[in-house]
Amino acid sequence: MSGVRVLVGTRKGAFTLSSDAKREKWDVSGPHFGGWEIYHVKGSPVDPNRLYASQSSGWFGQVIQRSNNGGKTWDPVDNKFVYDGIPGTHQWYDGTPHPWEFKRVWHLEPSLTDPDTVYAGVEDAALFRTTDGGQSWQELSGLRGHGSGPRWAPGAGGMCLHTILLDPGNPDRIFIAISAAGVFRTDDAGKTWRPINRGLRSEGIPDPKAEVGHCVHRIAMHRSRPGVLFMQKHWDVMRSDDAGESWQEVSGNLPSDFGFSIDVHAHEPETIYVVPIKSDSEHYPPDGKLRVYRSRTGGNEWEALTNGLPQRDCYVNVLRDAMAVDSLDSCGIYFGTTGGQVYASADAGDHWAPIVRDLPAVVSVEVQTLP
Amino acid sequence: MIRIELPAHLRTLARINGDVTLDVVGQATQRSVLDAIEARYPMLRGTIRDHVTQQRRPFVRFFACEEDLSHDPPDAPLPDAVATGAEAFLIVGAMAGG
Repeated sequence: MSGVRVLVGTRKGAFTLSSDAKREKWDVSGPHFGGWEIYHVKGSPVDPNRLYASQSSGWFGQVIQRSNNGGKTWDPVDNKFVYDGIPGTHQWYDGTPHPWEFKRVWHLEPSLTDPDTVYAGVEDAALFRTTDGGQSWQELSGLRGHGSGPRWAPGAGGMCLHTILLDPGNPDRIFIAISAAGVFRTDDAGKTWRPINRGLRSEGIPDPKAEVGHCVHRIAMHRSRPGVLFMQKHWDVMRSDDAGESWQEVSGNLPSDFGFSIDVHAHEPETIYVVPIKSDSEHYPPDGKLRVYRSRTGGNEWEALTNGLPQRDCYVNVLRDAMAVDSLDSCGIYFGTTGGQVYASADAGDHWAPIVRDLPAVVSVEVQTLP
Repeated sequence: MIRIELPAHLRTLARINGDVTLDVVGQATQRSVLDAIEARYPMLRGTIRDHVTQQRRPFVRFFACEEDLSHDPPDAPLPDAVATGAEAFLIVGAMAGG
């Protein structure tokens, strides 16, 4: 019988939440790597037992863990992330040059075809890749080296490369997003990159329509339509129908167009989800009501999903990597909060219930649909 | 023989119970001790000192014989009591919340 495994990264360890396809009863395992920040855990699409985890701490730096048995046991692999050549400088918060310094891995994106190949998005922003299951990592330095790097700047969370989207139909095409630089695309498997931010408008930078400098919080795509991208920007929800060549705002009737997470229904490419957050200084939902908003029209027209979610006195945040979907029928939606709750909906968002309520602050949520 | 005490999180990472004892090549210094422990436990590379610069991580300290050795040069000889194994070389995570 099929089932799901939810991989949760928190400020103090990783947890796995498992259920059968009904998604009603859950087994909770963890904490794994207790006391460490787990920015991300993700499984290989071609080998669901192969998992990778980014484990870090302010004391002891970065560790990468790998599991070959679905998280039952883990082994550390290589943790050496060294920038290619002389790293140079990016902008600091005050606009002055600041040296590029590796801090942590935010996001691990396993290849769609090879369980030993994984892409790692890091802070300070760069893209690394392993092709040997994590035994060594090499930077795809064409991204940092394409020319605009000195104009990138950190967002409040650091200058992180947080999103990596692999095009299922074109192995040479990869999209990445950086806070605060924007979205970049390669069409030659990572050798060269270019910014694709036309149509974005950010009032917090000197030129609101600049080529780079936009605080993109998250981008998402549906596997069947890799040319259509959805974005939660610092402010504004956006979409692109031409693989990022141009963007249009689709915030529509959202109560706030600030937020972090965005995702796409597994079977309906025009159904998307966001969690509006009040503002960039108030990282909690408007009116103390935790509401997921769903658009069945690819944006602009949004409906609040509230059934089972707290509708008073709720002041948690939902971070950029903390929402995911399964591919069961009907589609399951999952998200984690900085208050330690992981909520699940087994009916595409119509009804919600917490799987767990009291984890450490949730940083990331991924879901594996198991055979 | 050198005795080394690691912080709990690094013992867990390296699957070590209790202290580590090891022999170093040549004189006992911070560098030779860390080289030896990283050779035996490769997963500790980068967690105590930087991979490239080999500098001590900012929130890691080195103590021995009730002295703070954190700022000693990496090639300075360690105290005799550490070199003979009478006293442990302490690798300590700085006291800080989080």
